[in-house]
Amino acid sequence: MNWMQHLPAFIIAIPLFAAFLTPLIDRINKKARNAFVLIAMAITFILTIILFKEVLEKDIITYVMGAADPTQAIPKQAAVPIRIVLEIDGINAFMALISALISLIGLIFSFAHIEERGGRFYTLFLLMVVGMLGMELTGDLFNLFVFLEIASIASAALIAYEFRRGSTTEAALKYIIISSLSALFVLFAIGLLYGEYDLLNMAAIADAIRTTGLSNIDKIALILFFSAFALKAGSAPMHMWLPDAYGEAPGAISMVLIGVTQASLYALLRICFTIYVDSMHVIFPAIIIILGLISIFIGVTMALIQEDVKRLIAYAAVAEVGYILLAIGVGLYGILNNEVETYARKALQGGLFHIFNDILDIGLLFLVASGIIYITRERNLNKLGGLAHSMKYTSILFLVGLAAVAGLPPMNGFASKIIIYESVYKVSPILSIVAILGSVVMLAIFVKIFHSVFTGPKITEYREVPKLMLASMLILAGLIIFFGLFPDVIINNVVNPAVNALIENTDYISKVMGW
Amino acid sequence: MIYNLPFITVVLLIAIGMYAIIFKRNLIKIAIGITIVESGVNLFLITLGYREGGVAPIFTNLPPNISPEQIPEKMVLPVPQALTLTSIVIGVAVLALILAFVINIYKNYGTLDANKIRRLKE
Amino acid sequence: MNGDEEKMTVIVQTIAALLFPITLIFSFYVIMHGHLTPGGGFQGGAIGASAIVLLIVAYGVRNIEKRMKEENLSIFESLGGLIFVVVSIFGIFLATAFLANFLVGKAIFGQIPAWGEAPLNSGGVLPILNIAVGMKVIGGLSAVVMLLALITKEGER
Repeated sequence: MNWMQHLPAFIIAIPLFAAFLTPLIDRINKKARNAFVLIAMAITFILTIILFKEVLEKDIITYVMGAADPTQAIPKQAAVPIRIVLEIDGINAFMALISALISLIGLIFSFAHIEERGGRFYTLFLLMVVGMLGMELTGDLFNLFVFLEIASIASAALIAYEFRRGSTTEAALKYIIISSLSALFVLFAIGLLYGEYDLLNMAAIADAIRTTGLSNIDKIALILFFSAFALKAGSAPMHMWLPDAYGEAPGAISMVLIGVTQASLYALLRICFTIYVDSMHVIFPAIIIILGLISIFIGVTMALIQEDVKRLIAYAAVAEVGYILLAIGVGLYGILNNEVETYARKALQGGLFHIFNDILDIGLLFLVASGIIYITRERNLNKLGGLAHSMKYTSILFLVGLAAVAGLPPMNGFASKIIIYESVYKVSPILSIVAILGSVVMLAIFVKIFHSVFTGPKITEYREVPKLMLASMLILAGLIIFFGLFPDVIINNVVNPAVNALIENTDYISKVMGW
Repeated sequence: MIYNLPFITVVLLIAIGMYAIIFKRNLIKIAIGITIVESGVNLFLITLGYREGGVAPIFTNLPPNISPEQIPEKMVLPVPQALTLTSIVIGVAVLALILAFVINIYKNYGTLDANKIRRLKE
Repeated sequence: MNGDEEKMTVIVQTIAALLFPITLIFSFYVIMHGHLTPGGGFQGGAIGASAIVLLIVAYGVRNIEKRMKEENLSIFESLGGLIFVVVSIFGIFLATAFLANFLVGKAIFGQIPAWGEAPLNSGGVLPILNIAVGMKVIGGLSAVVMLLALITKEGER
């Protein structure tokens, strides 16, 4: 038996299995439960690495659920794919790698502070991971909707985890209403496409749109998909749920939630770059670019006036989403204008690299903020101060995250942002000016936080954050510095396969359709 | 015209649901609005599965006047039904979660008015 | 507080007690015939959960919670999910792919007739998956209703 061909199924099945086994183990022993969850998550992460290497070798992997031959997307008796197909090319594998890595780090952080109702916490955590990874691996639109809902429901429950503080429930209610509504729009769009083509497979739909041309129904479906996924990805002006959700989520969940929003971003990429790219009007990338600029602007300006430390970082996350959207929009614009080599490839490189960097930088800041909140029980910036005296390591780690988010060399944020500035300059200098200004304001904001939280006279004596928290922050900081010092290694080995998958989109379709 | 009736109903249901979500301030009414939008989308999906002259894809319950050779053409593909069922299941979970949140909000804030529940707004 | 004031009248209690086994049997029927007739795991599970909700309405949530712990229902739910995933993974080991029907042609559930009437033990792994989903829905839905009722009651105290 060839084990490698079952990898995609195992990546989804193992966290799902662990999620259902966790409550049973939780009744027997809490320590065993933690070890079990950690092992399951570590295996999932290792499998995503193996999957990524497989994709580098084989280009595209398909896996058909329940079929006699799991690699054959179209069964013998049929002309179109009728089963659930998992299809993995460079971009899927890239996103799955990021999600699994960030979930593993978030899990290590959570062990330090989740005590009561831990069984439920880890069950929901693993279900959220299942939703994320499922969204990123599936090649089927309806499956995408199901995993989107799994991820939203699990993450909404996790946001409300500290339910005795009423504001967490407020944020979670906002989140679940917004995300269930957007998921219903996605479902409606899927229904439109199904009614037109009788297909649910993304590659098959892309093929059908290529052959028949873009109809009005396709345009409506595109707008519904786009608005729903842009909303879920947290782009301004649809970002109103995001600061609440990120700000109120417990501990590392704020960081893993970035993974959930990036799964929606992946869905947006798949819709734009695979299904619709050939018949797309050039106004569309322009809209993405404008959304990106608005996100940068709103993110940094709103971050300036925040007093709650986690909300402030959440607004910075909105700005980071703006950078990604800006680069992706420019990349799509270049592809539509047949200028792939002049700037589109570079813009996509910067954008996808920034997806990775965004989750590392903002994730590190969220972890530091959660650690501070855990120790001091205080979220207000004006009431914190002088923490550098008692938390040396945490303050150094915060400095690393600060420099990375603001795009200072030698951190990873600089490596990806410089590519973005360079490539978007070729479309319009204004884009890069706004992007650079955003970074400058971001630096000012985080220096202000550093000043108000860490420096100054000692107010109260605190202990250092727990060792597990420090360990997870150290992993992130190590990755940030490594990515910043050797960006070429990452771009050549990890980002470029994903960029190629986005640009050469016909491979994704032909693999399923069996041309 | 008569065949468009389900689609008109779909549009009406989604419009009513969106109205409830946007203009109603009571959280329970917002939850009801989401359910109405969801039933609109479900109705849309199930309508897509209708084929004129088709029979339901139930092997043990075929109409007597149909010969086994005709079955493959006559039987409708059950994909829209499966999609609707999955969507209903997810809808149950979402509704349960929303109601749990609403109860918790009522206990913490003492109100269900969406305009008064804004501790997170500065 | 002994919870007596939560109970409804004797008539309702008796009817609920009478209906409870019948509803459960109907639920099992719908679950077991999921691969043959309309219905299946979710539908049957929803009927089964409504049986438990009937008891909650008639006898008061605290009295039922003493007998039927919410934790146990959640464990029951997790077991259902676990069976589903394990059976799906067995598809890889015993047949070709994840979720593959590995019981086709085998002893107990293996018979699959071409058309028409089929016995209950047909359909391969489908009945097992239906039972797993049914367990999950019975446990999950009744735990949800029980918890919602409990937290509502907490506020009144």
